[in-house]
Amino acid sequence: MRTAYLKALHELAAMDKNVYALISDNGAIVYDQYRADFPKQYLNLGISEANMLGMAAGMASRGKIPFAYTIGAFLAYRAFEFIRDDICLQNQNVKIVGTGAGEVYSGLGPTHHATEDLGGLRSLPNLTVLCPASPKEVYAATYAAYHHKGPVYLRLGTNREPEIYEGECKFEVGEGVELKSGGDAAIFSTGSILKDVLDAADSLEKEGISARVINIHTLKPLDGDIILKAIHETGHIVTVEDHNIIGGLGSAVAEVIAESGMWVKFRRVGLRDFSHGYGTYAQVKEGNGVGRKQIEEVVREVASR
Amino acid sequence: MGGAFSVADILATLYFGGVLRYDPQKPDWEDRDKFILSKGHSCYALYAVLARAGFFSEKELRYAGKPGSSLGGHPKLREIPGVEASTGALGHGLSFAIGIACADKIDGRDSHVYVVLGDGECQEGSVWEGALSAPTLGLDNLTAVVDHNKLQAMDALENIVHMKPFAEKWRAFGWNVMEIDGHDHAQIREALLARADGRPAVVIANTVKGKGVSFMENKPIWHFRMPNDKELPMLMEELGLTEAELA
Repeated sequence: MRTAYLKALHELAAMDKNVYALISDNGAIVYDQYRADFPKQYLNLGISEANMLGMAAGMASRGKIPFAYTIGAFLAYRAFEFIRDDICLQNQNVKIVGTGAGEVYSGLGPTHHATEDLGGLRSLPNLTVLCPASPKEVYAATYAAYHHKGPVYLRLGTNREPEIYEGECKFEVGEGVELKSGGDAAIFSTGSILKDVLDAADSLEKEGISARVINIHTLKPLDGDIILKAIHETGHIVTVEDHNIIGGLGSAVAEVIAESGMWVKFRRVGLRDFSHGYGTYAQVKEGNGVGRKQIEEVVREVASR
Repeated sequence: MGGAFSVADILATLYFGGVLRYDPQKPDWEDRDKFILSKGHSCYALYAVLARAGFFSEKELRYAGKPGSSLGGHPKLREIPGVEASTGALGHGLSFAIGIACADKIDGRDSHVYVVLGDGECQEGSVWEGALSAPTLGLDNLTAVVDHNKLQAMDALENIVHMKPFAEKWRAFGWNVMEIDGHDHAQIREALLARADGRPAVVIANTVKGKGVSFMENKPIWHFRMPNDKELPMLMEELGLTEAELA
């Protein structure tokens, strides 16, 4: 994902001299080519996320398009007030790019996990929240963030996500994507964990459970229509996210369900606490209740009710 | 209210002492100098100065803080002509100003950025993130002014957090530091116009909170208070203001 992001950023910087990469001393190796090619469109501000985002807002007020990048947890938590007051309140054209979404930094522990970022940031006025699921989608989302005039939070994983699109990835801000059809249940998911959802849906298909998989790559604005359609057509809804169960995708879908007036079988898969344990990403997900087998169990249960 | 009085001479000199280059008819003029009031709670002094400078009618000052007026308790970008950034939460304006100075330098613009901070505001950690970064970036097109009135909301600074030695802190961070009497217009002007190659400037303006009104000066409570009906005529008399001037 990071490589796909840097590829898009490199192209955008070549195309538009107002594109400006700010980093908070987090971009070893991945930024090497960018730094070499665009030294005048790059600043490493050191370990000072609040200052970076306040500066980004000031630069945007002068027509620059800053892409401010570091680990998402440090942006969303430490610098939250700078996102709110300097970027969102003043509607400044800043792209806030957080890596390590969810628990992808599985060996680093909860201080480096962005597992409540969507809950906080989804509530901020003017902010568009993008959470792509694969390298192709990250590339497209980076262009979409550039073309969108206004603040964007771009939530990236790491560099190990497999591709989920065989062909071209068409990316429209605010439009969910049906990745797999199915009528027994609809699974909504977002970000790096989507591959697990697709694999789970394939397994369930072999058991005779046909689950629709919908990629909500834009948390805000949310595609309410695709959710309502799934409610009408399946009546069985599951959300899966590598994020706390409170405030993220599951809550966003629940809001649509609650206001729809429809009776729906609904379950959320997400973290119920800080993540605990270390290991590979798959191991940590399983240890925290969001592993592939656990997704299958929840969908099986909802589809059978 | 007290903080607006301590910063009044600084703002007046900035706008009317031939320091800040601006055009009230064209607030978005690309080559203007920019001013940010990081201590946004002193906005009533800024509103008075912006109105006098011609950014909007002085009549609008009468409606400040009332429904329908854009002149609220903290300044807002795009709603008030001449305001460069919405401020209020402390510790934001310096970084925002650094961003502007940085962009203007990239564009090769010959314009200067001024930002006024409170001394209590300098207890915010983000101020010192900015203080580290501006000299690193070589922003000699940036001047920070600290309204050093030595009082914060509840008490004297030194009774709450030790800030001394204050000037030495900025010096150690690599700023061109000037210490002045923040009510002496000649000293303010000279400091605001001083430039050092490759280094940002900080003017530590020694001021009096509530300056000019005997019953307000150096009284912490006037951080929050507005004069009541009994106090207002006394205040006007001390400042030599008439009803006609306020109408």
